[in-house]
Amino acid sequence: MKITLYIWRQDNAQAKGNMEKHALNGLNPDMSFLEMLDVLNEQIITAGGDPVEFDHDCREGICGQCGLFINGRAHGPLAATTTCQLHLRHFKDGDTIYVEPFRAAAFPVVKDLRIDRSAFDRIIQAGGYVSARTGDAPEANALPVPHRTAEQAFDAAACIGCGACVATCKNASAALFTAAKVSHLAMLPQGQPEREHRAQAMSAQMDEEGFGHCTQTGACEVECPQEISIAHIARMNYEFNRGAILKP
Amino acid sequence: MHLPFRHSIARKNLMALTGGFLSFFLLIHLAGNLQLLLPEARAREQFNLYAQLLSGNILIKAISYGLYLSILLHALYALLLALSSRKARGGQAYVYDHRRQASPWYARSMGLLGSILLVFLAVHMKDFWYVYKFTAIPLDEHGQKDLYTVVATAYQEAWYVLLYVVAMIALGFHLLHGVKSALFSLGLYHPRYRLWAKRASTAYAIAMTAGFCLIPIYLYFTQNPA
Repeated sequence: MKITLYIWRQDNAQAKGNMEKHALNGLNPDMSFLEMLDVLNEQIITAGGDPVEFDHDCREGICGQCGLFINGRAHGPLAATTTCQLHLRHFKDGDTIYVEPFRAAAFPVVKDLRIDRSAFDRIIQAGGYVSARTGDAPEANALPVPHRTAEQAFDAAACIGCGACVATCKNASAALFTAAKVSHLAMLPQGQPEREHRAQAMSAQMDEEGFGHCTQTGACEVECPQEISIAHIARMNYEFNRGAILKP
Repeated sequence: MHLPFRHSIARKNLMALTGGFLSFFLLIHLAGNLQLLLPEARAREQFNLYAQLLSGNILIKAISYGLYLSILLHALYALLLALSSRKARGGQAYVYDHRRQASPWYARSMGLLGSILLVFLAVHMKDFWYVYKFTAIPLDEHGQKDLYTVVATAYQEAWYVLLYVVAMIALGFHLLHGVKSALFSLGLYHPRYRLWAKRASTAYAIAMTAGFCLIPIYLYFTQNPA
């Protein structure tokens, strides 16, 4: 199949970028979106050009490394799908596709489609941990967690940190990402020792990194490849207020 | 800027509390104004008495200062939050943007809807509150300031009624997203009551819009018989 690509090219964080047009022929509809970019890069390298840089790792939809803004939507048009799990069969022969990086002030472009998401790491460092004694794993039955609670905590823990929530949010808010971690740990017994500080510390870091506030438009849960619910943001707000009152 | 409520979630709490207080006020305001739908002579007597009762009450005065403060804080912090969002979005906009497919328009347009309401509020206060408090208006047969005639006269004009209807539709959409989100911002939210909270705030938004639209439309048609 034949695809026309408009791809964002930018030399570094300071440079001004622009969209660059490329025509690709003879593509297999079963190729993933990233495989198409591999073909594009071979074509560019053969012609003596500078290949397009983009983030990717596992290509199985579980690592959270890949993330592209495809035809104006985070991770493209499909629901609950990462960029690497999007295949060309979801496009038509002869389509024009626009590819841009996830944009936010807190996610500076490193080069082309590659962005720096280390702001997420610093939010996790601020409070996304538990006080655990190292050594042997404890006896599982010593920590009773009801099945329903475990499932709810796992729904939040499913966040892969791709940044689609920030990319699509009109305020570039990292509330869904931060809330997923706060909510996950607030529900489990292991998360209790830091509970009164966690939401405060992580959301303070979220502000510090220059992410916006949450206006509950719900766009993030629509674009999230792991379908994490914005109900977790409400729980983060609850944890924030609970911490403000109960902080020792 | 080092204003109080520096934290973004604390600011959202403030937005929710001031917005919640204003929403509660709307309910009381509508309940009182429904007296305007009574037969003319009865409405005049009762509404004028009600207006005098409110303006003379010290408790109402205290609440009214709370309202003015809430409006100011709600608008000021909305502006601060909107500016921080603009900064967070970054300099380069998406070249090809279809993000609107992922959320309802009114949830993304709270600033615009709120600005319409602020302009409406200025007109509304100038035409009724200011006129009642600071100008000499005729008295009714019981010797009370005749606010009923001021209101009824204003709603004889089609353009003025239209202005109210447009503003109340803006209010409806602002409430549709705002009331539900206020519960959300405060963390007063539980998956079990999710549907209930959504239904209640939707019903509230519809009731406020319908109620506040009904009064000017009713007064227009009763005073301009076809």
